[in-house]
Amino acid sequence: MRNLTDRALDTATARGAGYADVRVVRRLDESIAIKTGRVEGVASGESEGFGVRVLVDGAWGFASSHVMTDAEADRIAGEAVRIARASATALRHQTRLDDRPPAHGTYETPLGEDPFTVPLETKIADLLAADRAAAGIKGIAFTESIYAAQREWKTFAATDGSLTEQVITHVGAGIEANAVDGDEHQRRSYPDSGGGWGAGGYEVIRGLRLAERAEPLAEEAVALLTAPQCPSGRFTIVLDPSQLYLQVHESCGHPTELDRVFGTEASYAGTSFLTTDKLDDGFRYGSDLVDIVADATAPGGMGTFGWDDEGVAAQSVSLVRNGIFVGYLSSRETAPRIGRQSGGAMRADGWNRIPLIRMTNINLLPKPGMSLDQIVADTDDGLYLASNRSWSIDDRRLNFQFATEVAYEIKGGKKGRLLKNPTYTGITYEFWRSCDAVGDESSYVMLGTPNCGKGEPGQTGHVGHAVPGARFRNVQVGVGKW
Amino acid sequence: MNDDRAGDALAIAAAALAHALREGVTEAEALVMAEDSALTRFANSEIHQNVAETNITINLRVVVGKRVGVASTGRTDDEGLRRLAGNAAAIARVVEELDDWSGLPGPTEIVAVPAGFNRATADASPEFRAEAARAVIAAADDAGVTSYGSFATSLESMAVANSNGVQAGGTRTTSQLITVSMGPDGGTGYAEAAAVDASTIDAAALGREAAAKARATANAVSVEPGDYSVVLEEYAVVDLLDMLGYLGFSALAVQEGRSFAQDGKRIGSDLVTIADDGRDPAGLPLWFDFEGVAKQRVRLVERGVCRGIVYDAQTAARDGVASTGHGLPAPNPYGPFPLNMVMESGASSREDLIAGLDRGLLVTRFWYTNPVHPKLAIVTGMTRDGTFLVEGGKIVGPVRNLRFTQSYLDALAGTVAVGRERKTLKGMLGAVVVPAVRIDGWTFTGTTEH
Repeated sequence: MRNLTDRALDTATARGAGYADVRVVRRLDESIAIKTGRVEGVASGESEGFGVRVLVDGAWGFASSHVMTDAEADRIAGEAVRIARASATALRHQTRLDDRPPAHGTYETPLGEDPFTVPLETKIADLLAADRAAAGIKGIAFTESIYAAQREWKTFAATDGSLTEQVITHVGAGIEANAVDGDEHQRRSYPDSGGGWGAGGYEVIRGLRLAERAEPLAEEAVALLTAPQCPSGRFTIVLDPSQLYLQVHESCGHPTELDRVFGTEASYAGTSFLTTDKLDDGFRYGSDLVDIVADATAPGGMGTFGWDDEGVAAQSVSLVRNGIFVGYLSSRETAPRIGRQSGGAMRADGWNRIPLIRMTNINLLPKPGMSLDQIVADTDDGLYLASNRSWSIDDRRLNFQFATEVAYEIKGGKKGRLLKNPTYTGITYEFWRSCDAVGDESSYVMLGTPNCGKGEPGQTGHVGHAVPGARFRNVQVGVGKW
Repeated sequence: MNDDRAGDALAIAAAALAHALREGVTEAEALVMAEDSALTRFANSEIHQNVAETNITINLRVVVGKRVGVASTGRTDDEGLRRLAGNAAAIARVVEELDDWSGLPGPTEIVAVPAGFNRATADASPEFRAEAARAVIAAADDAGVTSYGSFATSLESMAVANSNGVQAGGTRTTSQLITVSMGPDGGTGYAEAAAVDASTIDAAALGREAAAKARATANAVSVEPGDYSVVLEEYAVVDLLDMLGYLGFSALAVQEGRSFAQDGKRIGSDLVTIADDGRDPAGLPLWFDFEGVAKQRVRLVERGVCRGIVYDAQTAARDGVASTGHGLPAPNPYGPFPLNMVMESGASSREDLIAGLDRGLLVTRFWYTNPVHPKLAIVTGMTRDGTFLVEGGKIVGPVRNLRFTQSYLDALAGTVAVGRERKTLKGMLGAVVVPAVRIDGWTFTGTTEH
């Protein structure tokens, strides 16, 4: 591997690159998809290649290939330099990177039980047991259950002498029960729509206890068919971690990406309302209870690593402290523009993509005082919303609307009847300012999503979110015509 | 056509197939997807990201009795393909039988669409893409706005070989330029084009279109959410087709009871006719699917009435019909998908469409749409990059972006005029050819600050 990285860096330098880095990535995937008690798809995949990123006179170029030979390393490094020279024909500001010490070392995701050595038969049997338990409930039209594991071996080398090697393993699994009656289609999923994901081994999957959750989950999906429609109006809502993590993702994670703030995602993902003047002014993002960090060192999160994809060591960065906006997700290129060092958030989706500023683990920190159950008990009249069903937010990350799979009425501090088709909407900072209770450690759980989209060409990111439950006041619930 | 590349892909598919058959499997299918693609991206009126990729994926599906296993690799050497076959066969030997497995598809008559390939796109260089970026930026400079966007070019070869005698290979090209312009006061505008021949994309014209709209959206004011008649520009109509394709026009969605589609059911006004046609040269042609089956033209909606859905081999066998050539790479729990939707044009000019609005909104495009209730096709999303109030048939001025929560089926039913011009654009997964439309009754449910 070292031969190929040296070759690519030497060629890039010889062709005129002032800075170059190369990533060699081998990715192994395994997936199981079950539908209504049938194993619909089992697949394994491997992909290997390298990408060379260069700066030539302050302009970026990148090229990549799956052909792992010296000759191809020369061709790709040369192509990256040619591309950078083309970039220079439409350049108004030369790119400068912050200083950081060369990165050296190795990192490996801690594993209890290697998911790639657990027999496939075991993994299929575990998932089938859960899926069939859900599918067996009367009224269930179809079920979907998934398992997936991914491992990346990643070597990063740069012309400043950096050399890191990392082995990162992620796993996920989940079940989903669907009930259909005429035009009504209701779904319940566990641990969340799209499954529960984390960094680690098969012990993460065993810990989900899918089979134990399947039957009550399916019964709830059937019950939702005849449940009353969630009402419209302004309500106190309590968000379960299975919904709150996505609220954090969309309304804090994305708007704190500093590349969005500087407009470099404007043509696709959009920009951000969290402009740099708000950092200087101490903008109130949320209530005093809201503490949000980007923590690439958090155990079990899909945003946990040793170094990011430009060789910056993993770290924890405060984004919101006591409700005040205090920091961004940043890179070596963007951080100096606000007078800071990179927070180490550059991540690439494989060998054939450039690193972009991505979420690591964006965590809403728990607050001592009340458990999630106590928050419910402390609520006279409200709604408890769980499990994301759909999400949408505007291109500056202000106006959001979420649907959840289920709402439970809260009356007199107790969770009561089911309500179907709940939705809620708001403006990001108004919503977080209305947060008047954040759960303690007892409901704090690491969740995440394996499908965070960003960039052109498109990249899919694995990101983590540790959250407890929380309560919000005076939220608009029930949107649209039903 | 570039037959050498397709031939190379077919040779790799044949080699993978031979390795699979040596594993003693009952059936096997090798899918090879090779691409040389590049994308030049600009922001703040300069190129800031500029990338290229040479990639290949070999996807092998093997069947042992009725047990199916799938494996993929990027390795094309003999050892890599041997290991691929071993991995796929090992999976097939341990999974349960699919009791209704109907077998891999057999050969169909595949006729290439020469209009799907263009040499200029295949040979597109970084300098060519940079020149287009500079043209967009220059147009923005002239208008006093800032330019953002990307220009992508791609050369794609695909081959499928299976043990039933399928031998399909082809090479095509695609290109897409998108741009967002941003005015000094935050007003934004959008323009986009997609084409087989990248040299036909008029970058300067797209730059002018987006820049003019960014200027026109300056000092936008809020309007109250509620029900409005709307004119949706082509960029917004893409989302209607994409979402309906995703939610309803797939045979698997129908078989699972989660689709709105039903043969003979009226879901739109007489003005709505939608087909999927991978051979239409107006789009980005794709003439066989990922199972090596020739693509058929499928009438999805004809004069407002559901007429068809798209099939892959497995969903077709369940319904006792032939695949329409809409299979995706295995394993595919999502089912077949219409990748080349085409909406029939109407009689109205853009001016006619707007003139028909007594009081309504002109919408450039939608953003971040997501189904709220899939079976009713209720979707939420935002407007973006140019939303205008129209009164008495005339554009009054720009308005701040709005959130909608709207049944796309009700939108088809409320379609009262269709534009006579169409644009070729990229959609969620494939390409679409769409006109602008005027719709009575679109429900906006919220506002934002820009």
